[in-house]
Amino acid sequence: MRTIRAAAIGAATLSLALAATACGGGSASGGGSNDSPKTLTYWASNQGASISVDEKVLQPELDKFEKQTGIKVKLEVVPWADLLNRILTATTSGQGPDVMNIGNSWSASLQATGALLPWDAANFSKIGGKDRFVDSALGSTGVPGKDPAAVPLYSMSYALYYNKQAFADAGITKPPATWDELVVDGKKIEGTGRNGLGAEGSNLSNNIHQVFVLAKQHGAEFFTADGRPSFTSDGAVTAVKQYVDLMAKDKIVNQSNAEYAQNQSLSDFAKGKTGMVLWQTASATFKSLGMKDSDWGVTAAPVQSGAPGTGAQTNSMVAGINMAVFKNTHNLDGAAQFVKFMTSDEEQKLLNTTYGSIPPVKSAQSDPAFNSQATAVLRQTLTSSAQALPQVPDESQFETAVGTAVKDLFADTAAGRTVTTESVKAKLQKAQQQMPAK
Amino acid sequence: MTTTAPPAGTRSVPEHSPGAARGPRRPGRIRRIGLPYLLLLPALLLELLVHLVPMVIGVAMSFKELTQFYIRDWSTAPWSGTGNYRLAVDFHGAVGEALLHSFLVTVVFTLLSVSLCWLIGTTAALYLQDNFRGRGVLRTIFLVPYALPVYAAVITWAFMFQHDNGLVNHVLHDQLHLTDKPSFWLIGDNSFYALLIVSVWKGWPFAFLIVMAGLQNIPKELYEAAALDGAGMLQQIRRITLPSLRPVNQVLVLVLFLWTFNDFNTPYVLFGKSAPAAADLISIHIYQSSFVTWNFGTGSAMSVLLLLFLLIVTGGYLLLTSRGRKTADV
Repeated sequence: MRTIRAAAIGAATLSLALAATACGGGSASGGGSNDSPKTLTYWASNQGASISVDEKVLQPELDKFEKQTGIKVKLEVVPWADLLNRILTATTSGQGPDVMNIGNSWSASLQATGALLPWDAANFSKIGGKDRFVDSALGSTGVPGKDPAAVPLYSMSYALYYNKQAFADAGITKPPATWDELVVDGKKIEGTGRNGLGAEGSNLSNNIHQVFVLAKQHGAEFFTADGRPSFTSDGAVTAVKQYVDLMAKDKIVNQSNAEYAQNQSLSDFAKGKTGMVLWQTASATFKSLGMKDSDWGVTAAPVQSGAPGTGAQTNSMVAGINMAVFKNTHNLDGAAQFVKFMTSDEEQKLLNTTYGSIPPVKSAQSDPAFNSQATAVLRQTLTSSAQALPQVPDESQFETAVGTAVKDLFADTAAGRTVTTESVKAKLQKAQQQMPAK
Repeated sequence: MTTTAPPAGTRSVPEHSPGAARGPRRPGRIRRIGLPYLLLLPALLLELLVHLVPMVIGVAMSFKELTQFYIRDWSTAPWSGTGNYRLAVDFHGAVGEALLHSFLVTVVFTLLSVSLCWLIGTTAALYLQDNFRGRGVLRTIFLVPYALPVYAAVITWAFMFQHDNGLVNHVLHDQLHLTDKPSFWLIGDNSFYALLIVSVWKGWPFAFLIVMAGLQNIPKELYEAAALDGAGMLQQIRRITLPSLRPVNQVLVLVLFLWTFNDFNTPYVLFGKSAPAAADLISIHIYQSSFVTWNFGTGSAMSVLLLLFLLIVTGGYLLLTSRGRKTADV
């Protein structure tokens, strides 16, 4: 009898507990607090050659931070393939890290969820003020006119990397500065048995970065001023066609690049199979692929004519990583202290040097480390000729829709179909129709 | 009508008990009747929590405009009525057209994959029915694709299908010279065949396993009798093996159908987030419509439609095959 009663009580308790948890889950309201001032959880993005490299780079810095403030930071380096999904899950459940890295192009999309702490004047003053950061980097932290959703941490830009041996073999003495020169040089390289230029045809984000810049050069925007998609303007169609034509018409991109999505173009380049590649901050990757620093050169990414600058002379997107504070944090002050630490001159110099990126903090940029062969061009591009991707809430849909359109056009080319202005326009039209209705 | 007597008899038993015992006994009876239900309660609640609640939430989500603006607090998302559904089934619009295309691709893919899995699995099981040396080894080897972790197996296939360095192109083009130039398998139209090959490779061992188990239950005497009557091997298969396997096949085909139709892992590992149009299976399409584009309402509406479709197919299939079996038995 006693065991039955115990079982009955157990069953009743368990049922109540289940009912309570069922009702209790998923409440995501409420802002931050300072309930647990001694700990922080930090989701870092994968910046180094591997997750374990990042852990080795960051852990000593976190220990330093703990020594200074007494706050213990629990680090988790999240792979790029998972990061956005993890952040979305954290946003939905309200259970997430205190501080996290985000790709800067997600800023506006994530800002729209309201899950990130807005960096208003009061919050910026806790980390030394907004003036410490470079304008181009601040341009990629959320919708213009709103308080930034994140703070710039690492900045990167596109540049044209070339294999010195390939250039020498093809008799190229000066790296190309315009697209026309790039095509001419690419054909010369093709003549020596190498491929001219590498591309990542199935990598949606990379496709977007390239056609965004080309659209700028043709005076087109993918979004109107009030945030509506406008993918089919003449400039946008010309831009996409120009990019795909590097494979279809100019034939300086090998058809096999149409299926590349895992940085195969970089490994082709490092192996000497390809002469040039347009990439962001690739020096660390080349090194990890076994290529010596002296084997490659770097120059500003090409423009249509003239020299890189603003407007139609744009030659890169502002690539980079931002640092955001989760609004539901239980250690608001600690999170601000940690962001201040990570954006301090000392940490900025150290981390950006390690990762081959450029500090978005003005006072750290002057360090000679960012004036080397690998970094001078990137820094120059960031300060004078890089533009932020559209800062609209629908940015991730845009990357998927237009990135897929470019991928499909590359696939068409690889399958032997001809790419025409009409076929490009039709693909972009379809992409635009898939965007959320306004 | 005549069966009412025994229950009346049993009910009358307590009435013969001494009246004094009645008072304390009533809570006892409640306890006795209530206890099983109380003990069932945790299981019931868990079932609700694990299965029903997420489904109900999913259905509720499909009526909301659940985009990135509202995911932080779902309750604030505005109700969109049947808007998500109308968007999904408006086959003249871009979203509906893409969904219909994806649905048709999935139907063709599933029909081909299930038939091939069944055909290869059954053939292999029949051939391995006879005792010969090395049968055990062959059976084990045949089960390897089924036992391998999906990710490891499919990523290997992805490498093999690569344009430049893939084994498939190496064999077809470099060695056998069957094609003029190396084909693309992971993009463009060929991706459908790549997906089908991997799906069949992964699925047929299950059919093989189930049919093999079913074959063990067919009495040997039937074959002996048939052989005496002069039935050849094909006749034996047609008149004895297949009819005897009918109940096994009924379940096998249904399970293969559901698994293949809903398969997410294979296309995701093979093609990544954005599958080529020719291999745009419905599960990956829904994933793209919700997670990648941050529109969970539309994604849920598509999922509910998929659920309804699978319910109808499964119900219809079971109804048809069960009825068929009853008449066959008679």
